[in-house]
Amino acid sequence: MIGFIVRRLAQALVVMAAIALISFLMFRYVGDPVAVMAREDASVTERQELREKLGLDRPVVVQFVDFIGRVVQGDLGISYRNQRPVADLIKERLPATLELVMMATLLSLAIGIPLGVITAVNRTGWLPTLVQSVSLVGISVPTFVTGIMLILVFAVTLRWLPSFGRGDTVQIGWWTTGLLTISGLKALILPSLTLALYQMTLIMRLVRAEMIEVLSSDYVRFARARGLPARMIHYKLALKNALMPVITITGMQIGGLIAFAVVTETVFQWPGLGLLFIQAVSFADVPVMAAYLLLVGLLFVVLNALVDIAYLVLDPRLRTRAS
Amino acid sequence: MNRTIFLPVAFAAVLATGAASAETLRWANDGDVLTLDPYAHTESFTASFLHHIYEPLMRRDADLKFEPALATSWELVEPTRARFTLREGVTFQNGNPFTADDVVASVERLIHPDARARGNLSSVASAEKVDDLTVDLVLKEPSPLLLNDLSGVYIMDKEWMEEHDALLPGNTSTGAVTYASDHANGTGPFMLDSRTPDAKTVLKANPDWWDEPQHNIDTIEFTPIGSDATRVAALLSGEVDVITPAPLQDTQRLEAADGVEVLQNPSLRTIMLGLNHGDDELDAAPGTGVNPTKDVRVREALWRAIDMDAIVAKVMRGKARVAALMIAPPITGYVAEDDVKPAFDPQKAKDLLAEAGFGDGFTMGLDCPNDRYVNDEEICLAIASMWKAIGVDVKLTAQTKGNHFPKVDKGETDAYMIGWATLPAMDGYSPLRAMLATRDGDMGGNNPNGYSNPRMDELAVASGSEIDEEKRLAMISEAMRIARDDIAFIPLHQQPLSWAASDNVELIQFPDNYFRAWHYKVN
Repeated sequence: MIGFIVRRLAQALVVMAAIALISFLMFRYVGDPVAVMAREDASVTERQELREKLGLDRPVVVQFVDFIGRVVQGDLGISYRNQRPVADLIKERLPATLELVMMATLLSLAIGIPLGVITAVNRTGWLPTLVQSVSLVGISVPTFVTGIMLILVFAVTLRWLPSFGRGDTVQIGWWTTGLLTISGLKALILPSLTLALYQMTLIMRLVRAEMIEVLSSDYVRFARARGLPARMIHYKLALKNALMPVITITGMQIGGLIAFAVVTETVFQWPGLGLLFIQAVSFADVPVMAAYLLLVGLLFVVLNALVDIAYLVLDPRLRTRAS
Repeated sequence: MNRTIFLPVAFAAVLATGAASAETLRWANDGDVLTLDPYAHTESFTASFLHHIYEPLMRRDADLKFEPALATSWELVEPTRARFTLREGVTFQNGNPFTADDVVASVERLIHPDARARGNLSSVASAEKVDDLTVDLVLKEPSPLLLNDLSGVYIMDKEWMEEHDALLPGNTSTGAVTYASDHANGTGPFMLDSRTPDAKTVLKANPDWWDEPQHNIDTIEFTPIGSDATRVAALLSGEVDVITPAPLQDTQRLEAADGVEVLQNPSLRTIMLGLNHGDDELDAAPGTGVNPTKDVRVREALWRAIDMDAIVAKVMRGKARVAALMIAPPITGYVAEDDVKPAFDPQKAKDLLAEAGFGDGFTMGLDCPNDRYVNDEEICLAIASMWKAIGVDVKLTAQTKGNHFPKVDKGETDAYMIGWATLPAMDGYSPLRAMLATRDGDMGGNNPNGYSNPRMDELAVASGSEIDEEKRLAMISEAMRIARDDIAFIPLHQQPLSWAASDNVELIQFPDNYFRAWHYKVN
């Protein structure tokens, strides 16, 4: 077990280094920070001064080594856009994104799993057919379209829910939460639904496919023959075995959701990491972009490792093999 | 069942009480305030927002003329020494009195090499206190635009900066951050109440403001909403009172909505096409050994081939003003009689090309940003097809501003889109110095493609230090006329400002796109 974790960590470090390098090379194509930052009628000298001040006149390799050196010491640098420490910016935005992603994940599991079981158990009839076709919409309509449509219905026409922002938040230490106020909870509904929709249909379809396979296996048939109640067979015996890939996908998708949150956060002006990243891109704010990509990379790596470890715990066969 | 019916009604009631609280102005803009530090940015929106908290020595009135703010009078004691008498009895929002020391500390902080905005006051060498309410600014050379520059220099409190170790501006490369980035203490009509970046910034009316308030606003709730559709939805749902900007494509929908008004006026920003005057061959046609746009007849042909009326009607939905000069009417140096462009005439354009020896057409590039000006990419698409109609093979590149402007700056373009608003100076000297003078050190920073006319350079140097306003304006007008006749740039139009507000708000839309809530009322 320990050897396994050490190996995973070593792999993770290599992956992180690769992410840092690739993202750093990418920045050369998102634009020149000096062009965005300098005054409109700045002279050539003025721009050159700014370039030197930002250290952008140095060769890329030197800039990269310098960047890695500072990151290793825990210094993420200062944002070009608003001249505040990047670490502070990320700390401010992280709670918003995590609450959104957590809510979206809960929604997608709470709705996706039961729907998956129902459509697997009753494969004919109008309800499963309807659910199946609606889920196609969920998987194929782009996030920003769903978001705008929800805003038009629930904010503009019905005026039940806010169209933007996080509502009132409560400060707990450095964490700000919208979960403790009415307006914060109301503000969470539309964005988390928008973000969850794709994930929800994915989980539903996955559970359905797995369930269909499990339901045709011998032990389920044997359980039926023993006369166990259908409810127990479906939810206790079959579902447990169908959930293995769901855990993988949910774990991996949390990373995906944080990445998808860029679009949702832009549509709902949700003050999270995604919005921070989008603004950084349009301002060519390299320190913020670099930190965001590293953070998302780190999340993926950690989530992957956690999923692997969760496997070990859940599946006894893997445990014997690993040791 | 009762429950499900009850909930929505309760939600609606909560929203309704929120909307009814008068004298709060809820305002959504497409971007957030970059920083609260007035010297750490060069963005006109941030300057406009901070003007509510901080004030300059002289400000612009409702007609954009200078009027006394923190200084009550000023005079030139010597050509390079300007003396300012400061307003008595003004206090900062933390209660500190406003004195000459604050002006000196502010000027020194702004002209410090680390200050991002130091170019905004490049003519000033130092500031000297004469007495508590008198300050001298020492200039590097006589500067006719000193007042224009100063109207954008907000005065900070020296004691407050000392107390919070903010006397020096922040520095991105050394990692120095400043308290002033997220705190503010000015003399202005509103003061900072709270700020969550990207979410909400709240300002409260300053009860001790030195001026007689013309507004009736207690609270300004400012929210950035980047997505156009969401911003429009927030106004339609009554969650905000004003949106800036209102997307042109939503104008009809907003006008049709109950209780919503759309404000649209031409701005100061002239959109134009820069051309390649210097290279021996066009960047898009390497190996041809010839640069057709060096010939003024070709440039005229390109201008005549653009049907501006069609672009204004179709792309700008009738909301732009066609331009022949590089500066807009409210800018000093503008002369209405000169604002006449060669008529749209594709046949004449073809004849001109033939006369210049390019009857069979030629290949050239056209570069555009796609996220900087109103409908920038669409305008370029239209122009590309109009140029194709006279036989010019256009290679169109539309990309993000962070890539577009560096390419332009390196002189790697044949024709490129650029907009110029002359802010914050609002004076014709700005394009003359930056775009028309030959590129050399402090001159021609935005003239990357080698336009050079000796008379233009003379005018740029002379008007930069001419104190006689009448002579200076004559020089700028002459320069604008020469630019038009040389076709140094092809001016297209002044793009519109577009705001929308619920009809209980009384707004004035200023052509410089500044939001000045101290002139606004909420009914």
